[in-house]
Amino acid sequence: MGKKIQINKEFVDIMPQDYLDLVENGTFESPNRGWKDFGTATELIAEHSLCAGCPESIAFRHIMASIPNPEDTVMVGSTGCTSLVFPMIAVHNIHSLFGNQNAIATGLKRALAVRFPDKVKDVIVLAGDGATVDIGLDMTLQSWFRKERFTTICFDNELYANTGGQESGLMQKGFLAKMAPVGKKFEKVRLPEIARESGCDYVAIMTASKPSLVEKVIKQAVLIAREVGPTYIQIYTPCILEIGKQSMEGLQEMRTSEAPGERFKFREFISPEAQSFLDGLAEKKKAEKLAATGATS
Amino acid sequence: MATETNSRVPKIGQRNKKGQLITDPNEMFFLSPRTPSFLTGSEVIREAIRRASVDFSVAYPITPQSEASSLVGELFAEGYVGDYMRGESEFAVMGQCAGAAFGGARVFTTTAGPGTLRAFENFPMWAGSRLPIQVVFTVRGVNSPLTIQPDTLEIAFMLETGMLLWHAETAQDLFDFMLKGYYVAEQPEVHLPIGVICDGFFVTHTKDMVMMTPEDLALPHYDPYRSPVVCMDMEVPPVRMMRDPFVMKSNYISYMTHASWQLEIRAAIERSRKHTIPILDGLIEVENPDAEILMVASGTAVSQAREAVRLFRDKGVKVGIVKIKTLRPFPTEELRKATEHAKHIFVPEFNVAGWLAREIKSTIDRNGRVIAGPHVAGGMTMPPEIIVEEIEKHLAHRRNKELVHG
Repeated sequence: MGKKIQINKEFVDIMPQDYLDLVENGTFESPNRGWKDFGTATELIAEHSLCAGCPESIAFRHIMASIPNPEDTVMVGSTGCTSLVFPMIAVHNIHSLFGNQNAIATGLKRALAVRFPDKVKDVIVLAGDGATVDIGLDMTLQSWFRKERFTTICFDNELYANTGGQESGLMQKGFLAKMAPVGKKFEKVRLPEIARESGCDYVAIMTASKPSLVEKVIKQAVLIAREVGPTYIQIYTPCILEIGKQSMEGLQEMRTSEAPGERFKFREFISPEAQSFLDGLAEKKKAEKLAATGATS
Repeated sequence: MATETNSRVPKIGQRNKKGQLITDPNEMFFLSPRTPSFLTGSEVIREAIRRASVDFSVAYPITPQSEASSLVGELFAEGYVGDYMRGESEFAVMGQCAGAAFGGARVFTTTAGPGTLRAFENFPMWAGSRLPIQVVFTVRGVNSPLTIQPDTLEIAFMLETGMLLWHAETAQDLFDFMLKGYYVAEQPEVHLPIGVICDGFFVTHTKDMVMMTPEDLALPHYDPYRSPVVCMDMEVPPVRMMRDPFVMKSNYISYMTHASWQLEIRAAIERSRKHTIPILDGLIEVENPDAEILMVASGTAVSQAREAVRLFRDKGVKVGIVKIKTLRPFPTEELRKATEHAKHIFVPEFNVAGWLAREIKSTIDRNGRVIAGPHVAGGMTMPPEIIVEEIEKHLAHRRNKELVHG
């Protein structure tokens, strides 16, 4: 139990086991929290109601294990499959309308900054590609132009999954889908490049196949958003139902799509300001390590 | 649940960073000395916000509220408002307002006409999420071809959003309604968004004498923990808490959940009465209640009706007025009582639809007494002489009908 994670003793005997587990075995306030806590600590994400084997659930789990400051993090979602998971996660999170997530996050982050000027309060948006790139694109981009200090994560499954597999802007050209009855006519929107040009200080495109990479990217993105400027992560979370795969084939689909030359090959952009911030962090870590070694020798 | 123990937030009796004394709302409204100021409606909005301890405001230009929202920006620059920004569209603005309110801030914005309709999806969301945001609607036309002229049609769209709606007649009302609006909207048993409505141009762009509370007194800050719903600030982790989780199953429990929540929003509107009645001195104001001819109106139509009453008086005809201050909650019982003795009830309005007349017709008995008009639209003015002429014409027509049909 950390400084912030407390439970009123009077409530111990009436609170559900899930809550007690979060208090006793959650990874709040743990400086080294990450995917390696799987199996030894209570996860911030409980059961989910997504389809069996859905890669979104994998990505969600990796992200929740990796956010650096969950005890002071508020998340913002949007309408779609992701919103079926949000009730199960152990940080405050908001759904309001379809596509307005970056507007909500803008107001939220600013309100928290006004109310708690001396505290770190991270805001993370997590929404699907329809919400991020189609209906909400205006608000996604405008938040980046304004250099709002939060992270935007897009779960890119290249279609509208929750409504049954309709064409989206991030769908590949030529893909046959509902509302694209003769195949999608235009290219997959290049949002990572647009993000870079729109003012994001850190951009990554990836799949959720490697938990260690997700952890590194999420931590970098949240810390850069806190100190430097907006960050954007696009993660391939294939809708196995809509692309005709089996429950156990999601991981392989992600691996195939991140091979060299494929559309989800890992790429990242780091602005010079963000790079110098990351260098500073690395130096600080190195100095701490040295001091620790010095102290023990 | 947490309580607001943030030492940064000044309490009643303490001074804020601008040196304003945080004052009990009732003391500020009713006991503090008032001094007259000659101001435009836009300046009145600025002066109310100066005294309202607002944490966050979002602006977007649209006539006739652009000046007011710019003036709020000046207040931010002076340090009276916690944060301020220009949004990118009214839909986004209302989302930004919602995000800040979810995070526990007192929020203010303004919009008008097409902006109101562009933002529309947000308003029932605000109400359903119990966000006590204040928006001033400086109403204007919403039709095509494009118009910027005063017209109250947009209010008709707002009536069933679940928001509190108060309609200011004058700049004085606007000042008082804005400050009192926060007090009522933020009551834990109410906790709903509030639209303070004023008629564009007629109120925003004209100068009027307003009795102001002292500049160095401000309302207590919003306490986000005096709320029926949880504030999204992670001050009490751990918690699995989503605002607001979906209830989308096709079963009776799901339908019942939605129905009961909709009823709860409407019940919260009704619960606002007990706070509103003492603070606004009633939801309606009545003049000459025993007159056979009555006019019922809201907004600047009331001022025009008052002038018409004066003209009738000169002719020796007694005419009464009911001024409706709050459209939501709608003063149902009050109206029934106030119209008890009236034989003819006229509803002057600045819109083509006659929505207020419809509301009144569906509220009182013997509603054949209600005449939807006179009304003007598209920015037309409604001179009192026209009101008198129309009423006389109508009464003559009724008399003739009675003669013919016995």
